[in-house]
Amino acid sequence: MAENPGKGIWCVAELRHGALVPTIFELLSAARSLDQVSKEGVCAVVLGGPGKTAPAAKEIASRGAQRVFVLEHALLDGFLEEAYARALKDLIEREKPSKILLPASVAGRSLAARLAVACRAGLLGDVTAVALDSSGNLEALRPCYGGNLLATVAVRRGLQMATVRPMAFPRAAQASSSGEVVAAPVDPSSWGLRGRFAGFAPEESKEIDLSSAEKIVSGGRGLGSAKGFELIRDLAHALGAAVGASRAVVDSGWIAYRHQVGLTGRAVRPKLYVACGISGQVQHLAGMSSSDVIVAINSDPQCPMMKLANFAVQGDLHQIIPAVVAEIKKQRG
Amino acid sequence: MNIVVCVKQTPASANLPIDLATGRIKTEGLQLGVNPFDEYAIEEALRLKERLPGSSVSVLSFGAAAAEEALRSALALGCDEGILLYDPAFEQSDSLATAHLLCAAVRKLSKAKGAVALVLCGKQTNDGESGQVGAALGAWLDWPAASCVKKIPQADDSKIVVERLMEDGVDTVELPLPAVVSVIKGINEPRLPSLKGKMAAKKAVVARWGQAELAADVSQIGASSASVVVKTAPPETRSAGMTVPGGSPEEKAAFLVQKLKELKFI
Ligand SMILES: Cc1cc2nc3c(=O)[nH]c(=O)nc-3n(C[C@H](O)[C@H](O)[C@H](O)COP(=O)(O)OP(=O)(O)OC[C@H]3O[C@@H](n4cnc5c(N)ncnc54)[C@H](O)[C@@H]3O)c2cc1C
Repeated sequence: MAENPGKGIWCVAELRHGALVPTIFELLSAARSLDQVSKEGVCAVVLGGPGKTAPAAKEIASRGAQRVFVLEHALLDGFLEEAYARALKDLIEREKPSKILLPASVAGRSLAARLAVACRAGLLGDVTAVALDSSGNLEALRPCYGGNLLATVAVRRGLQMATVRPMAFPRAAQASSSGEVVAAPVDPSSWGLRGRFAGFAPEESKEIDLSSAEKIVSGGRGLGSAKGFELIRDLAHALGAAVGASRAVVDSGWIAYRHQVGLTGRAVRPKLYVACGISGQVQHLAGMSSSDVIVAINSDPQCPMMKLANFAVQGDLHQIIPAVVAEIKKQRG
Repeated sequence: MNIVVCVKQTPASANLPIDLATGRIKTEGLQLGVNPFDEYAIEEALRLKERLPGSSVSVLSFGAAAAEEALRSALALGCDEGILLYDPAFEQSDSLATAHLLCAAVRKLSKAKGAVALVLCGKQTNDGESGQVGAALGAWLDWPAASCVKKIPQADDSKIVVERLMEDGVDTVELPLPAVVSVIKGINEPRLPSLKGKMAAKKAVVARWGQAELAADVSQIGASSASVVVKTAPPETRSAGMTVPGGSPEEKAAFLVQKLKELKFI
C-alpha cells in the first residue's frame, strides 16, 4: 500500500468567473483545527485564467494560509475537471502535501474525485466535521441516507482528501500576519486534454446562492400559488437571505429547480432557515435539518417542521410574513 | 452508439428504520428500488438511443445479489442488457473503489461488444450521497467527464455537448467521446415501464460478473479501499424548540423578530 510521507494541509479555493467563493475560508478553519494537532502548516491553492487570481490569492493569504500557490493558465479559465486535476496533480507531486480539503460544491466534488483517482488518494465526501484519528489519519463525519445516519469515515492510505460541505465550518477571519503568494508553473503539454470549456451563462436573478447562504427563507405548498413567492422574496430581502423551496412547489412550476432544498435538491446548512408553509417531509429535512436555527411558519402545529423548529410560529403565512417584514422594517427604523 | 448506464439499488423510502443498538439501518424487510437519480440517467440513455439509430444501452450495477431487481427495472424500461457486478471480494468498496469496478466492467464491455462511447450516471445516490462515482469513473477510464448535467443539447458519434448546472449559473462543456456524464433531476421526465417491457424483463437473463470476469486491480477494491466507514450512528436529535407566543400575527411577529435580533440575524 502506498505510504503518505507528505506534509502540509492544503485547501483548494474555488474561483468562479473571477469571484472567489467564500467556502475557502471555511476550509481554512477546518485545516487550522487539524493543524493544531498535526503542526504541518496550512497552505491554499487557487486556479484560474491568466491574471485572474491575484486579488483572491491576496485575500486568502491574509486569512490564515501560510502559502498560497497560484496556478494560472488559459486552460484553467473555465472549470474543466480534467485540466484542474492535472494542474493540481503536478503541483502535488512537487510539493507533497499530506492532506487536501476542497469545497463540496459541483466543481469541488468532481475535481476531488478525479484528483483522488489520479493520485491514488483516499477521499471522504461531503463531510461536516474533521479530525485526526489516533494514527494521525484524516477522519470525518458525513451525513448519509438522507440525514438518517451520520457516518464516521477515515482515510487508510495515500494522500488524504475530503470535500467539506459548505457552511459546516465558520469562516476564517483576518490573520495577524499575511502568508506568501507563490506562482507555481503550469505545463499542460503532457495533459492530453480532450474536453473544452465552451461557455458560461450566469444566473440572471442576482439572488444569493443557496448553498453558501448564511440565511435562507424557503416556501412550500402552503404559499398557495406562484404569487405566494412574492411574500418569500419580501422576507428574504428584509433578512438578506437566499430563497429556497420545497419540491412540491418546484414540481408545480412556482419556482425554478435550483431553489429546491432537500434530498433531490440542494443540501444547505445556513445559520438561519425559515420554512414557510413547508410540512417538513423527510426528503426536505434531509437537505436542511442541520441548520443552526430553524423557524417554521405554518398553520398546522403538528407538522414535522413545526416540531423540529427552534421557533414555531403558528398561523396563516399570508398574515404572519407581512407582519414579520413590517416588524423588521420598524426595528431597523 | 454503445451507451452504459450505472445504477444502484438503494432504499426506496426516505424514512429508514435505524437499529439504535448498532447505529445501522435495519435492512430486514426494507423496500429497495433504483436510486431515484439513476432513473434520469436511464431515461437519458434511452432518449439518446432513440435519437441515434444503431445504439444499445447496457446497464451496470455493483451491489448485492438482490440488485438484480434494479437491473430488471431498467430492462423493463427498454435497456438492452443488464450486468450485475457481484463478488464477496468487492465488499467494503468505497466510492472510488466502486468506480474502479465499474471501470473494469466498461472496459470488458468495450472488448466484448465494441467500444463504449458514453457512460451515464445519476448525480449521486440517495444513500451514500457522495456524488463522486461519475467523476471517479471518468478518471479511472481516463475519459473526459462532466457532473450535474441538466441538458445534453447535442450528441453525435464523436462528441457530446452538455450543460452543467453550477451554483452561479450554467456551464457549457464539449466532450469528445468516449466520455462520462452524470445527470441531475430535471434533465428529463422518466418514462414508466410498459406491460410488455415488464414481462420481457422478468424473463431476461441478467449476467453476473465477479472478480474472475473483471480482473480488477485488487489493491484498489473491496477491503483495500483507501477509505473506510469506522462507524455509523443516528444524528443527534434537535432539542425541542418553542412555540412563539401571541394572539395576533403582529404579536407573534414582534416576538419572533425580537428573538432574531437577540441572535444577531437582524
Ligand atoms: C425520492 C423523493 C425525493 C424527494 N426529494 C425532495 C426534495 O429534495 N425536497 C423536498 O422538499 N421534497 C422532496 N420530496 C417530496 C417530499 O416528500 C414532500 O412531498 C415535499 O417536501 C412536500 O412539500 P411541502 O412541504 O411544500 O408541501 P406539503 O407537504 O403539502 O406541506 C404544505 C404545508 O403548508 C402548510 N400550509 C398550508 N396552507 C398554509 C397557510 N396558509 N399558512 C401556513 N401554512 C400553510 C400545511 O400545514 C403544510 O404543512 C421527495 C420525495 C421523494 C419520493
